[in-house]
Amino acid sequence: MMKGRGGGYAVYLAVFAALLVLTGATVAVSYVDLGFWNVATALLIASVKASLVALFFMHLKHEGVLVWTFALVPVLFLLLIVAGTLSDTLFR
Amino acid sequence: MAHSAAESAGHPSVHASPAVAYEAAKLGIWAFLATEVLLFGGLFTTYIVFRLKFPEMFHRDYLHLDRVLGAANTVVLIASSLTVALAIASIRKGEQRLLKLFLSLTIFLAGVFLVIKYFEWTEKFAHGLFPGTDIFFSLYFMMTGLHGLHVAGGIAVLGAMLFLAGRGRFSESYNTPVEISGLYWHFVDLVWIYLFPLFYLIG
Repeated sequence: MMKGRGGGYAVYLAVFAALLVLTGATVAVSYVDLGFWNVATALLIASVKASLVALFFMHLKHEGVLVWTFALVPVLFLLLIVAGTLSDTLFR
Repeated sequence: MAHSAAESAGHPSVHASPAVAYEAAKLGIWAFLATEVLLFGGLFTTYIVFRLKFPEMFHRDYLHLDRVLGAANTVVLIASSLTVALAIASIRKGEQRLLKLFLSLTIFLAGVFLVIKYFEWTEKFAHGLFPGTDIFFSLYFMMTGLHGLHVAGGIAVLGAMLFLAGRGRFSESYNTPVEISGLYWHFVDLVWIYLFPLFYLIG
């Protein structure tokens, strides 16, 4: 029933290697002063890492619409909360 | 999906079939993780608001954090995410011994994470930096502390899985609890993936 889902060992090792490289990259970039772009780069790299974990380690890649909905709706709500809070604190 | 009586033997369930029980359990953990996103999300929102309000404080304070230790802990957690993924892949192939090995490794790495965190915190306390020092350190101790509690919870959950694995409760056809626990553990890793750059890398 649950066979053939998710990746094999090799896929997981490849994802692990990619996560290590991205961690190294984000630490290296933090030593360079890029102003605003430090924040943007760090968050972009973090989001790529998070996507790799969710898609491969958490098997989201192999899930159907229902699980994807459960995974994405809270993220959407979080974005709404952040946007709503910022619209208040930034433009008051 | 077809299922045999043998498949449902050994794991009592109120559901009609193991396949239904598996889908229900999976949606259950994702629903729980949704509440977790919003629990941490409130704190992340607080971080964003105060960072925009007090950029100088955040820049001055973040220099107190050790990004090498933070990076080390990131690597430790990523490795633990790998080992738990390998644990699930192992039991899906019916490899009982590999399941126990990978679960043990995951618990060990989770312990290493907490030990490094302990040294970081005691070093901060020794320098007079406490949760009450200012808003930056309030958020730092609150968010890494809440995350640390999740790591401790993960150790308890994975420990229970290791105990059950030792009693031979999981197999090629029945491994839902291992998979559900694994999803929780990956989420703990996901939160740290954002905490690490926000506190240690950008000022």
